[in-house]
Amino acid sequence: MNELSTTASADALDALDKRIINTLQRSFPVCEHPFAVVAEELGTTENELISRLTRLREDKILTRFGPLYNADRFGGAVSLCAIAVPKDRFDVVAEQVNAFPQVAHNYERDHELNMWFVAATESWQELEETLAAIEAETGLTVRNMPKLHEFYVGLYFEI
Amino acid sequence: MKSDEQLQVLDREIILLTQAGLPLVAEPYQQVAEQLGIETDLLMQRMRIMQEDGRIRRIGAVPNHYRLGYTGNGMSVWDVPDEQVHTLGEMIGGLDYVSHCYHRPRFMPDWPYNLFAMVHGHSRDEVREKAQKIAELLGEHCRARDVLFSSRILKKTGIRIGG
Repeated sequence: MNELSTTASADALDALDKRIINTLQRSFPVCEHPFAVVAEELGTTENELISRLTRLREDKILTRFGPLYNADRFGGAVSLCAIAVPKDRFDVVAEQVNAFPQVAHNYERDHELNMWFVAATESWQELEETLAAIEAETGLTVRNMPKLHEFYVGLYFEI
Repeated sequence: MKSDEQLQVLDREIILLTQAGLPLVAEPYQQVAEQLGIETDLLMQRMRIMQEDGRIRRIGAVPNHYRLGYTGNGMSVWDVPDEQVHTLGEMIGGLDYVSHCYHRPRFMPDWPYNLFAMVHGHSRDEVREKAQKIAELLGEHCRARDVLFSSRILKKTGIRIGG
């Protein structure tokens, strides 16, 4: 559950692994033999690339490989929400909040507002209802902070 | 030729089948197309259209940044004047160590922050140094600031569309 303690796995990666990860974070082509195209760019073979990606995914160095969809463009609602949870109730409240399937991510943060989660629903009405249900269940106030504007979203970790 | 409505249904099926990932085989699009009972060309055309209209942000790999040594991940929050938030947000979002940058509502009086930027580094100190650089870039526009570090991941399912 606590992934923050898992580190240093990058040390086990060789130069080709690193180039694969860096290259594939940027893009992946849509064509009949996309791995062959990328393999040629990287100076390796299609088979080698596929087997390395399979290993990187199994080892959880990669959490995902494929299309990243933009939830905003599908009529759904996504919001960042925060709760100030009393320390002695934290784990119980975490369980209550996580039990909602609409909660996609949840992080503990070191602040008075110590629980930060992302809720994603099919509509804004469902989002409001979900947050009201979380408030009823926990007895705590949920601060709803939907984005007003997105300036940038992009994860690129050069390794 | 399919109608717009049929294409919408098809796009939704494509999303459901691929949002967890593409198969790691020589012809991944062909495999997905076969599962859907459509031609590979049609599948690839729909993927390209969704890339062009922004429904697909990108196709590629998402690394587990903790395992790549990026263990310092801080949510930096800033109180800047509303009139400047767009200009400043574009500037901060353009920094290479910022992965997400948003304008969000304040909750006065105790949460004055309206600009959020996720900052990544190899340690918390590195994140603090980068936040200091952001503060310098914001200059007099920065009226209050904080960095919230995550101490625990409580849930990480990811957003699923049309589940």
